[in-house]
Formats: sequence, structure tokens, C-alpha cells
Amino acid sequence: MRYAMAIDTKKCVGCGDCVVACQTENNVPHGYCRDWIVESVEGTYPNLDLEFRSERCNHCDNAPCVRCCPTGASHIAEGGIVLVTHNECIGCGACIESCPYDARYPHPDGYVDKCTFCIHRVEKGQNPACVDVCPTKCLHFGDLDDPNSEVSLALKDRKWKVLAPEAGTKPQLYFLT
Amino acid sequence: MKEELFVSGRNIPNIDPYLNIWHWQIPLYLFLGGLAAGIIFFAGYFVVRGKEKEMPATVKWAPIIAPIILVIGLIALFWDLKHKLYFWQLYTTIRFTSPMSWGAWTLMAITPFSIIWVASYMKEMVPGWNWKYKILIGYDILLNKYRKSFAWVMMILAIILGVYTGILLSAFNARPLWNTSILGPLFLVSGFSTGLATTMWVSKDEKERKILSRIDLVFIAVELFLIVHLFMGFMAGTAVKTEAFQLFLGGPFTVSFWVFVVLLGLIFPATLETLELWGYHVPKWIPPVLILFGGLMFRFVMVEAGQITRFLY
Repeated sequence: MRYAMAIDTKKCVGCGDCVVACQTENNVPHGYCRDWIVESVEGTYPNLDLEFRSERCNHCDNAPCVRCCPTGASHIAEGGIVLVTHNECIGCGACIESCPYDARYPHPDGYVDKCTFCIHRVEKGQNPACVDVCPTKCLHFGDLDDPNSEVSLALKDRKWKVLAPEAGTKPQLYFLT
Repeated sequence: MKEELFVSGRNIPNIDPYLNIWHWQIPLYLFLGGLAAGIIFFAGYFVVRGKEKEMPATVKWAPIIAPIILVIGLIALFWDLKHKLYFWQLYTTIRFTSPMSWGAWTLMAITPFSIIWVASYMKEMVPGWNWKYKILIGYDILLNKYRKSFAWVMMILAIILGVYTGILLSAFNARPLWNTSILGPLFLVSGFSTGLATTMWVSKDEKERKILSRIDLVFIAVELFLIVHLFMGFMAGTAVKTEAFQLFLGGPFTVSFWVFVVLLGLIFPATLETLELWGYHVPKWIPPVLILFGGLMFRFVMVEAGQITRFLY
């Protein structure tokens, strides 16, 4: 099993529903976020290329945060989901320094927090909150090992990219372009 | 042209717009760790060489500083933790892929060992000193019997500690400025140089200071050589590396690095030490103070600048 997410940059309008849904679902403290939206503009007027990306933890296959964690609080759970065990985390910040995507933040309670792919929902067979709430249905979540999962089907016919592949992290967020 | 914006209002403290998760505690600790490693290494080295009598300050007096600064460094590290009450989780596991983990274990060993080292010389340093308990007298005799083996252990631990202060940073491939394997030897050499400087400052014996000064000059030369290599690596590197290098070449860290670290912290004290060896009178505190200042600045600059550098996408 290998959970992954495909984000359709052609469908995303940057409304921010996924961010609000995540903050509500996961009780993310005020001023912080586990997912966010990047508006990327390339070119010079009038030849501009606009891209919206809903970003979050990439749940990397070769996760530098897990490698750098001195206590083992950061670990890879079933399905490749990268998680932090709160009462094993000492808040040293090594994982924050090691993440090329700046996907982690220090929770005001001390431990380091990040996107969990809403594992508490996924375990019940539901989608992550951000996926369910997306009004343009541009987020696709599922198991890459299952050829009929929503994410596998989304990746099958489309061109995609991952962020900073040169970092060698083998990220599992796929951006459909 | 490319412009990227957070449109969902992301502005996380200490992460946006650029990373600043590690503050003054980390560079201070890296400095004190390297300094202690330097002091301990040369204390061990001169014991192994059988020069305890000729080098009293290096072997006996300067090592008193080591446990004190190690404890200050540990307090700084603890201060920096954000989930402080769980710090003991560090000592429930050893994770070899995490430099911080084996560094924590090295500190766990070298801090008490450095106290034992000082204690084993108490009889020689304080006339009339006597251990109150029989068991301590026994340990004292045992240590003096196996002094050289103990010195070897201390030397090896000191090298691990010195290298670790650099590898701690170089393990993060997300920060291009840090992600170079030369940082390990560079921090080791820099730490040893600051250790030698401190020992020189402590020493009252002209001959001993000259020996230390000669060794220190070699270390400063090696350090300069490694700094040149560090930047050669960046210049020949990928876009993220050349971008990182710009911070030191016209960017906000240009003056603090080239003037404070390289010129005032390395070249100037090296010149003064050379003049002293040639027979000119130089106040004995000036070169060590400059070297210590340079070492501290180097770590502050590397930690601050490294956090700004990142992958571009």
C-alpha cells in the first residue's frame, strides 16, 4: 500500500477551501497551517502562465525528516504516511530544517506538527478532509498500488511533476500539469 | 520571470518568509562543543606523547574549562528544545542516521569523562588534596595507572564531538549551504583551533605557548584551505549552491564572513602568532580572543545563513 495525492493544477482555482477544511478537521492552531496554496506566475505580460498548487507534506518515500529525527518520533506509518508521535518529539527542530518543502511547523504545545493525510479518516475508508471539501474536485487521493484507485487513474492519462525531485526525497504529491 | 506567492495567507512564525527555527543557542553550542573538543583532544594528545610535565596547562589546567563549557552548551541545547520535558526521549534510542542522536550520546559520555579527567589531576593541581572516600582513592590510582588508555578514549571522543558539530548541519540536504561534507572537517579544525587558543591563553609557560602556537598556525592554515575548498565547491555547484554562495558574495553575510571570520578571526591572529614566534612582543590575550571571536562568528554566520538557503522550485 502506498498512499499518494494528485493535485490537478489546471483545475485548482486557489480558493483555499482545502486549507480551511484542514484547519477545522485537525484543530490546527491559529496562525499555522498544514496545507497552503501557492500561486506561481511565470513569464512576462502578456505571455503569462499561471499555476495554482495546493501543497502539504509530500509524505516522501525517502523522508529526510525521518532520517534526521533523533528520537524516532518522526516515522513512516502504514501506507507510507509520515507521522510524528507527539510524546516522543523533543521539539529540536531537526526535521523542520531537513524538509525541503517547509511542510512542518512547531506546534505551540511544543511538538512538531504536519499534515497526516488525515490518517484518522483514511483508516475509516474516507478521504482526507481537504480532498472531500475541494469544490473543483482537483485533489485525488488513494493507493498507488491499486491501479483502479482515484490517484492511479488521475496519474494514468496526465502529465505530472513532483516538487524538487533533485532533493532525492521521492515525494508522493503529484502535480498534474 | 517567475513569481511564487502564498495565496492562502501562510505566515508561520520562524518559518515564513524564511526559516529561522534555530536561534543563538545552536551556534553557541556548536562553538562550545568544538572548543571543548579542542581542549580535550590536546590534553589527551600530550599525555599520549608523554609530555605531561612540559605541558602542564594543556594537560591539567585548561581541561577544567571543558566540562564547564560543555554543561553551558548542554543548557543552551536544552533551552532550544520546544518540547523540553520530553528531552529524555533522546536517550531511549540510538538512531545512526541522525547525527543529533549520536551527538547526544557522545555528549553523554564526554561530559562526565571530562569531569573525571579533571578530578584525576586534583592531587597534582591542589597541594594537600585528598579524596575523602576510599572508593575515590581507588579510582584515582586506577586512572593514573591507565592514564594513556584514558587519554586515547578522550581523544577519539573529542574527534567525534568536533566532527559532529559540523555533520549536524551537513546532514540537512534541504539547506544547500550546509549540505557539504567538508563541513565536518572544517568545524573539527576550527574547534581544535579555538581549543588551542584557549589553552594558550591559560598557559603561563613561554615554551608551552610556543608549541601550542605552532600547532595552532597549522590548524588555521588548514582551516583557510578548507574554507577555500568549501567555496570552490559552491561555485562549481548547482543553482541552489551558487545561490547559497551569493549570501557571502555581495549578499547580507559578506562582511560578517570575510571581515569578522576570515580576516579578524583567522588571518589577523595568525599574523600576530607568527610575529610572536619571531620574537616580537604581542599581548598574550589578543590572538586567543580573536580566534575565539572568529570561531563564534563562523558558527553564527553558518547557522543563520544556512537556514535562509533552500531548494528552488
